[in-house]
Amino acid sequence: MSDSGGRVGVLKTYKLFIGGAFPRSESGRTFEIRDASGAFLANAALASRKDARDAVVAARGAFAKWSGATAYNRGQILYRIAEMLEGRKAQFVEEVVHSEDVKRRAADKIVDAAIDRWVWYAGWSDKLAQALGTSNPVAGPFFDFSVPEPTGVVAVIAPQRSSLLGLVSVVAPVIVSGNTCVVVAAERAPLPAITLTEVLATSDLPGGVVNVLTGSAAEIGPWLASHMDVNAIDLCGVSAEQAADLERAAAENLKRVRRPDEDHTDWFADPGLTRIATFLETKTVWHPIGV
Amino acid sequence: MPEAFAYAPAPESRSIVSIRSSYGLFIDGEFVAPTDGRTFKTIDPSTEEVLAEVYEAGPKDVDRAVAAARRAYETTWGSMKPSERGKYLYRIARLVQERSRELAVLESIDNGKPIRESRDIDLPLVAAHFFYYAGWADKLPHAGYGPNPRPIGVAGQGIPWNFPLLMLAWKIAPALATGNTVVLKPAETTPLTALHFAEIVQQAGLPNGVVNIVTGAGETGRSLVTHPDVDKVAFTGSTEVGKEIARSIAGTSKKVTLELGGKAANVVFEDAALDQAVEGIVEGIFFNQGHVCCAGSRLLVQESIVDDLMMRLKRRLETLRVGDPLDKNTDIGAINSFEQLAKIRELSDIGDQEGAERWSPACELPDRGFWFPPTVFTGVSQAHRIAREEIFGPVLSVLTFRTPEEAVEKANNTPYGLSAGVWTEKGSRILWMAQRLRAGVVWANTFNKFDPASPFGGYKESGYGREGGRHGLGGYLDV
Repeated sequence: MSDSGGRVGVLKTYKLFIGGAFPRSESGRTFEIRDASGAFLANAALASRKDARDAVVAARGAFAKWSGATAYNRGQILYRIAEMLEGRKAQFVEEVVHSEDVKRRAADKIVDAAIDRWVWYAGWSDKLAQALGTSNPVAGPFFDFSVPEPTGVVAVIAPQRSSLLGLVSVVAPVIVSGNTCVVVAAERAPLPAITLTEVLATSDLPGGVVNVLTGSAAEIGPWLASHMDVNAIDLCGVSAEQAADLERAAAENLKRVRRPDEDHTDWFADPGLTRIATFLETKTVWHPIGV
Repeated sequence: MPEAFAYAPAPESRSIVSIRSSYGLFIDGEFVAPTDGRTFKTIDPSTEEVLAEVYEAGPKDVDRAVAAARRAYETTWGSMKPSERGKYLYRIARLVQERSRELAVLESIDNGKPIRESRDIDLPLVAAHFFYYAGWADKLPHAGYGPNPRPIGVAGQGIPWNFPLLMLAWKIAPALATGNTVVLKPAETTPLTALHFAEIVQQAGLPNGVVNIVTGAGETGRSLVTHPDVDKVAFTGSTEVGKEIARSIAGTSKKVTLELGGKAANVVFEDAALDQAVEGIVEGIFFNQGHVCCAGSRLLVQESIVDDLMMRLKRRLETLRVGDPLDKNTDIGAINSFEQLAKIRELSDIGDQEGAERWSPACELPDRGFWFPPTVFTGVSQAHRIAREEIFGPVLSVLTFRTPEEAVEKANNTPYGLSAGVWTEKGSRILWMAQRLRAGVVWANTFNKFDPASPFGGYKESGYGREGGRHGLGGYLDV
């Protein structure tokens, strides 16, 4: 954003990402984002309750198409996200340096890992059912099998510190199986998340599959946790004090809840399948066998 | 029914089971009196006769039971060689088979369900469930939960009154196979088979404290679920209580699985084999007096065949025999409790008030006990309460549809998502429907089938987690 050579740089307006579009908050509210030294970076949209509800509507609207797409198609789109991210690597390194107060070399590793994580999850799309489904040998003349299916609309409170790698690591496992989501970006470091939405918007990901809100997790969290059209919530970046309240609110429609785990998660480690599995349902189908 | 076809009474003998006048709590391998000595009575819902006096476990009793389970977890069961654990479960399966007629009779007496069902469905499935999970005990590294999956610890389990012993098996078998110990609370109105199962636990020589059974009502359940030393909560019952449990464990590290209510759609297309579909509809809603969370309580019929199907269904319902649960000819037994009967009556009356048309076959109900005739409501709309709320009784609501898309829309129009049925002779349509129905179990050209190898559990407000199959292990492993 520096000005040099007598030219005035063009600054980016950081907005929300809802239904594939980039609206400002309907409330008109913004908040200042600063780097570790306190220097001003940007004004981000301070999402309102209405924005959160709009995002849930967009996610619900996108669910049928995304969950109905072939696994191969979803895998290709996730891989496409990795391609687009790779192409804009320098920009992400820059933003991670500012957002996470890390050296350029560390930011390089973070962005590399984020790209590779999309590739890793892309490959899971058409293997999940084989790893997690079963054919069930019941004691009778029936063909009986169990398949994993996406839970529905998932609210994700992204990690507060790992603004890009952590974010990718919580969003990819949600959408790879066909869920759609509403993500609340890291409160103090939301800029990589907003830039990531520009990648998502150009990766053939249908609008509404991922919706990103910036603002106060403490404020937005309860709106999503109590929303009756949200099926599950990942409390990853929620503070321990707020987590119990959100879990209680989530019980109102029996959301699947993943409890906060940012403090003991190494985002560089092999993620395993548990994050994917948290947001899956198992459907068992029976049919008689006979002539 | 013409006299020529009348059935002679064919009662199963009660003498195979001896019911004691009172039962203690089963804690740390023995039957004990509770700390504060409060009792309640369990009755035969078909006669309202008192069967036995049962203790109501208070917080201190729950405390003792959890402590016994913790000790057993730490000293014997948790560290036992998995193959040895498995052999104990095989023993239990065999003992259940040996005593299955006694337990079936006792189940029918305490619950009110027909002996035909307790004998031919409940008990065989109980034994099969223990046999199935026995085999998993030493094969857990192959279950897809990593190379060395660990148990969670002490499980607190609450089960309903509709399949008392079967639900006990669904809870205890996977918990023990994975190395956990349990404290189980049977339902208030059906404690007896669980207490007789405690004798089987003794006969099997299970180490003390591995299985503890505390009887009581909601208060006892609450003490158990919220006990700080319970690591895992498993509950089958109403959605209302499920939500209360989910709230009560918020902010803890307890792991929870919930199997809750349902309002399943049973969808019949015009090309279905109608006589088979009629059997499936009957199986779907009148099995176990409709006291089934996955009951096919909403019949969705393609408009073109509704008259034909209703005619066949009514003709079939005329042949159902309601009465003595111990009579081997009985199809529909007693409603489990007065409270449940009152609820079924209330919702059915609301069906009348909201303008649906009620029909029941002519059937004579016994004078004493709790009874409700098989009932069909036609002219039901999606807004009617009998189409939205779980009645948990022998009451069917009939709705119609024209296109497959409309059938899916209506079937999924509920906060529940436990089960669904599809009847059609077209294979591609079955799979198309099965993909779109948001329910944990889809029965195609069949209904209400269960097997220990087959995962069971709900979407949405029907709960979370699966019981049965490889998936059923996940809820009891620290993964």
